[in-house]
Amino acid sequence: MHSTGISIWFFIGVLLTIYGALILGYGIYELSSGTMAVANYHASVWWGGLLLLVGVFYGARFRPGRNE
Amino acid sequence: MIVSSMNLLGARLSPEMLAFAAPSLAHLSPLDLAVISIYFAMVIWIGFYLKSKANTSEEFFMAGREMTAWIAGLSFVSANLGSLELMGWAGSAYQYGILAAHWYWVGAIPAMLFLGMVMMPFYYVCKTHSVPGYLKLRYGQGSSTVAAVSFAFMTVLMSGVNMFAMAEVMKIVLGWDLNFSIIVSSLAVAAYVALGGLRSAIFNEVLQFVLIWGGALLVPILGLVETGGWNGFKARLAHNIATGATAPGDYTHMWRSMGHFADNPMGIHWTGILFGLGFAISFGYWTTDFLVVQRVLAANSLRSARLAPVIGSFFKMAVPFIVILPGLLGLVVLTNADGSLMHLVGENVVAAHPGAGLHSYNEVLPLMMVRYLGPGLLGLGITALIAGFMSGMAGNVSAFTAIFTYDIYQPHIVKHAKDEHYVLVGRIVTIVGVVISIGAAYLVMNAAGIMDYVQALFSFFISPLLGVVLLGMFWKRATRQGGFWGLLMGTLTSIGLWAWVKADPSALRFVAISPDAKDMAENMYRALWSVSTSVGVNVIVSLCTKPRPLAELAGVVYGATPLPVEEPVPFYKNEWFWTAIAVVVFLALNIYFW
Repeated sequence: MHSTGISIWFFIGVLLTIYGALILGYGIYELSSGTMAVANYHASVWWGGLLLLVGVFYGARFRPGRNE
Repeated sequence: MIVSSMNLLGARLSPEMLAFAAPSLAHLSPLDLAVISIYFAMVIWIGFYLKSKANTSEEFFMAGREMTAWIAGLSFVSANLGSLELMGWAGSAYQYGILAAHWYWVGAIPAMLFLGMVMMPFYYVCKTHSVPGYLKLRYGQGSSTVAAVSFAFMTVLMSGVNMFAMAEVMKIVLGWDLNFSIIVSSLAVAAYVALGGLRSAIFNEVLQFVLIWGGALLVPILGLVETGGWNGFKARLAHNIATGATAPGDYTHMWRSMGHFADNPMGIHWTGILFGLGFAISFGYWTTDFLVVQRVLAANSLRSARLAPVIGSFFKMAVPFIVILPGLLGLVVLTNADGSLMHLVGENVVAAHPGAGLHSYNEVLPLMMVRYLGPGLLGLGITALIAGFMSGMAGNVSAFTAIFTYDIYQPHIVKHAKDEHYVLVGRIVTIVGVVISIGAAYLVMNAAGIMDYVQALFSFFISPLLGVVLLGMFWKRATRQGGFWGLLMGTLTSIGLWAWVKADPSALRFVAISPDAKDMAENMYRALWSVSTSVGVNVIVSLCTKPRPLAELAGVVYGATPLPVEEPVPFYKNEWFWTAIAVVVFLALNIYFW
């Protein structure tokens, strides 16, 4: 995939980072405001955090120019 | 896409039934809308970025044959993982139980491994760009053109049918206008495929694959947490059945009720599952449908091309976790506003009781998403559904473009043009393919019932093609005439059997060998008769006609093709090692859920 310049994994990393940040941010807001729905077990916090971690890892690992 | 949709969704998501759906299930917050909008921005960015990487025909149609095994493998399995598939099979699991997982395991894994280990060397070594391209090398232009025209025609038609069905889903789940869904998603697909070609389609399929897992995986996890794990779920289900709250049946075993057609709610028999689904349908789809094979042909080496379906098989085996399990969990966790257990019903029941607040089986996945996913996460789940649809459409369109340009336009219309000419044709055909798909979507919208016919039509060509390709690849004696007549007679057999049952439903007892057989059994046995006819006719005609000289078959037939020797690699990078692991996991799953 080097000939394409930017790896698909970088695009995925960017997207997951943005999604993770948005969802984690909302989850923290929910927690602090006490509006958390019972059924979702604080999922926004830990799932958003997980997406953010995976996204940052892939974004950094496959950032353009890293292997050149 | 087709393995499931032709069998199930055609009957489940028919237009006239969907039109009676209740008001939208979910309401999106600004955060959800932001998540969806960011996805659209990302796919367009990828398309524009990859435009400069799609200048030659090899780059545009075959992604430069530069895909790694992982990218090709994820794309391979993702092209099949549409949103209708997710929703349809989740609904099927709610209705029939874990039997629905047959379409993911025995209906996919053996065929995927066979493609990688046995067939891929021949596809890859002859450097064909398509399955009709292989037929041309093996049997000549006649068989190739028949396969190319039927595939091209049906691919854009299927794309349109799926587009319409997806727009209906968006209408049901979100209340979105049909025209809005069709136009916006089509424009996005047309833009990124026309700009970046197959590479762009593949990139977006991998992106979609990640989004589907990111958006849908949370539902079964939270469902299992709520029910106390798999055993807790089974205990609650058993309690519901014992108290009459849930219809009686074996929802958690796959093979025990397969002894007779009447023993299971699907009305199928183990021979139909094993030979019809496990061989005729699934081998036909996974090894000869260009939509999926094209992804593997784009691999950067023979080893990657062989590994790609093996990698895909592991993810395919895992898909029931995000599709079948949510459907099963819906049996015990979905409740009405008053706390009573919710009972989903067939589309026809929903249609017969408008305004009663009933939900259909197909709505189980969106209902589960609404139950567990809050703002942002719901947007991610909806994005996964949209992405699934768009990548499926991109798969159809990119396959159509390659087939039309390489197997129809080049051999029959403009034979010797410059490379840039064919790339330009490819870009134009991409747009034309999307426009025809939109036309097909509106055709379906205005001619209720046509969806069933279109999906049946697609199934007519897949199984006979399998017979022709298999004999061509493994029997040197098969001749040009044998291939052509095998393909034709196999297709006519399939059409004839379908028309027979359509005209006289009682004929099902002959086609599927039992008066207790139901629709799905018919599909399986029809495919089996079709591939048998295709092989039989091919053998008889080949034996009566002059064989091709062995020298002409080099590169396309087993025994006449010196396969390249691959460099030794550590065992953990060897495709045979991972194939063995996949076989063990596959057997273990079937035994555990026996």
